[in-house]
Amino acid sequence: MALRRTATLLAGKRGFSAVPAAEINVGTGVYQHFSDQDRIFTNLYGEQDWRLPDAMKRGDWSHTKDMLWMGPDAIVQEIKDSGLRGRGGAGFPSGLKWSFMPKQSDGRPSFLVVNADESEPGTCKDREIMRKDPHKLVEGCLVSGFAMRARAAYIYIRGEYFNEAVVLDEAIHEAYAAGFLGKNACGSGYDFDVFLHRGAGAYICGEETALIESLEGRQGKPRLKPPFPAGVGVFGCPSTVTNVETVAVAPTILRRGASWFSSFGNDNNRGTKLFGISGHVNNPCVVEESMSIPLQELIEKHCGGMRNGWDSVQACIPGGSSVPVLNKAQCDEALMEFDDLRAKGSGLGTAAVTMFDDTVDMISGIRRLAHFYKHESCGQCTPCREGTGWLETILKRMEKGDADKREIPMLEEISRQIEGHTICALGDAAAWPVQGLLRHFKGDIEKRIDEKDTYDPEACFQKAWSGSTFANDEWVEKHGAGQAYGR
Amino acid sequence: MSGANASHINTPDNTTETYFDFTEENYERINRILSKYPANYKQSGIIPMLDLAQRQAGGWLPLAAMDKVAKIVGVAPMRVYEVATFYTMFNREKVGKYFMQLCGTTPCMICGSEDIKRTIENHLGIKDGETTEDGLFTLREVECLGACANAPMIQMNDDYYECLTPKTTIELLEACKKGTPPPMGKWGSLPMNGQVSCEGPQGKTTLIEEPKAPPLREGGFSSFEKVDPATVKVHMGYGTYEETAVKAE
Repeated sequence: MALRRTATLLAGKRGFSAVPAAEINVGTGVYQHFSDQDRIFTNLYGEQDWRLPDAMKRGDWSHTKDMLWMGPDAIVQEIKDSGLRGRGGAGFPSGLKWSFMPKQSDGRPSFLVVNADESEPGTCKDREIMRKDPHKLVEGCLVSGFAMRARAAYIYIRGEYFNEAVVLDEAIHEAYAAGFLGKNACGSGYDFDVFLHRGAGAYICGEETALIESLEGRQGKPRLKPPFPAGVGVFGCPSTVTNVETVAVAPTILRRGASWFSSFGNDNNRGTKLFGISGHVNNPCVVEESMSIPLQELIEKHCGGMRNGWDSVQACIPGGSSVPVLNKAQCDEALMEFDDLRAKGSGLGTAAVTMFDDTVDMISGIRRLAHFYKHESCGQCTPCREGTGWLETILKRMEKGDADKREIPMLEEISRQIEGHTICALGDAAAWPVQGLLRHFKGDIEKRIDEKDTYDPEACFQKAWSGSTFANDEWVEKHGAGQAYGR
Repeated sequence: MSGANASHINTPDNTTETYFDFTEENYERINRILSKYPANYKQSGIIPMLDLAQRQAGGWLPLAAMDKVAKIVGVAPMRVYEVATFYTMFNREKVGKYFMQLCGTTPCMICGSEDIKRTIENHLGIKDGETTEDGLFTLREVECLGACANAPMIQMNDDYYECLTPKTTIELLEACKKGTPPPMGKWGSLPMNGQVSCEGPQGKTTLIEEPKAPPLREGGFSSFEKVDPATVKVHMGYGTYEETAVKAE
């Protein structure tokens, strides 16, 4: 899902040292006036139903016809003005991306492809949209699809999200039955179809061209670009692949106006964002917040803080597994936005925050990620296919201290040889966590090698932790429909 | 990439000669599946059809089913084998009635997925990748299942059981042995610590008041020049809805 972040991160890497700290707008308070009235996903915790009547109560499908009558160019301009950047990881300006689609057809229809293959480790935000607010996504398909002059949208949902797909499919049917989709959608005079396609379990299908391959019924192996999907995409037609959250926020931005959306967050990092927070916090949750909120504030405000206090923070992966880890000192200062995290050598990615406290053996944590990338490498490019395996093998030994210190620079070298030498960004994504480990936790690896004989894996064995003790009876009683476990 | 052996090994109930055909009901589903894609891209239906075949066969995908799909789509069988071996959700060998996929990627791992794995292995006497002798349970450690805020978790067949502890894991296994796995909660998953979905064990911190429809922009849409969407159809040469609708033939 977050594979498309390449462009930005690569650009960022060149700029790491070039961005002086003074340029970053720290602590201007641009996130502080954000309130419940500004939240887009108002059914995030599911007090209401996902079906059409409740969705319309929440404001979905209102003024949709008016939005379409703005015309594609005005919609794209409004999205550009709002400062919305892609929510799938790369953070590419959405309005600009949509504007790449052909304005005149050469006989081929255009398609919108929605990337709902959410599988970046740490990320669990699109799932909440699809099961609780599916009409935001379906309406978003129509509006953004029309802005691209697309004839239809394909939503590619990961196969494991079966129950989510059932809900989304039903929501699409509801929209058809209400006349919001299909012929003369919403009475606008435009025809638009939405199709749901389930994948079958492959992280790589979150990469846009792999997703297109998979949608065409083949192995999810990324294509070389160019041609870019906006020229030749799914079924050989112009296509744009875009994340669920990006599409789902578009109608609300148009309804409330670009200036409303752009009033949150620092310059170049505008808007609201769903954050999924996992790891050693007291209240792991998914929450919508303003961009540019400081990491520590996000954790203290919504997650009840770290289970052993903020001082126990050892590391944080702020945007899904593909971005390098931050150390404690960086966590203290990090703002949850594209630019600040990039300046810290990491990235916002999908805003999937995973907090590690000091009980974690960071070498084993990153070793497990190396296994993930080895497993998910599609096998097309040699540096990635072979290199991801090497990374894992070496890290497995380093975890036990069974390595030579001279192998540390060799590990770095391998990661540099993978990075940038593959068709898609999975190679980069596999290399970066390892580079992050070497940047911040090299001392741990050396220490492990020195103290090999006293290494005890049981000492850092993680007991099950899904947040502190359950304490939300009243609310669950009221909103759990009597179906919560133990009730 | 699935990690499993990519080559097929004949077993008495899984050869090219084994009989497989979709049920009538599933042929109707196939028609609906194929109607989503352009007529010259029937191949797009391979993944959904393999999923259908796997469900019909009871959680695994026989070779004969792959051949059947190839025949329906009109491609060489190899095109289907390639797909079936690439994606992790296709089991080319039989699995237990309760097919447990334990998420073991780092966000779950630091929240104790190893603890859950150890619990399951000890309780059922199987290791990662094995099936119990009674054919009830298969355990497989898989990669991120996308429920990280509700870690640690397992997927059992289609359903997510989340926020597990060793105690609730054993409760879950015992309920399955009795044939009554706990039903899914309100949002199609079941956090086993009592929470509803993604609000966390201590409850939500936002969206305190009942949500209202968001206010409309100042001046509504009157400041925009009206563009008739029908003219866009003309630019794009889309013709009528019927002419441009995706048809499977």
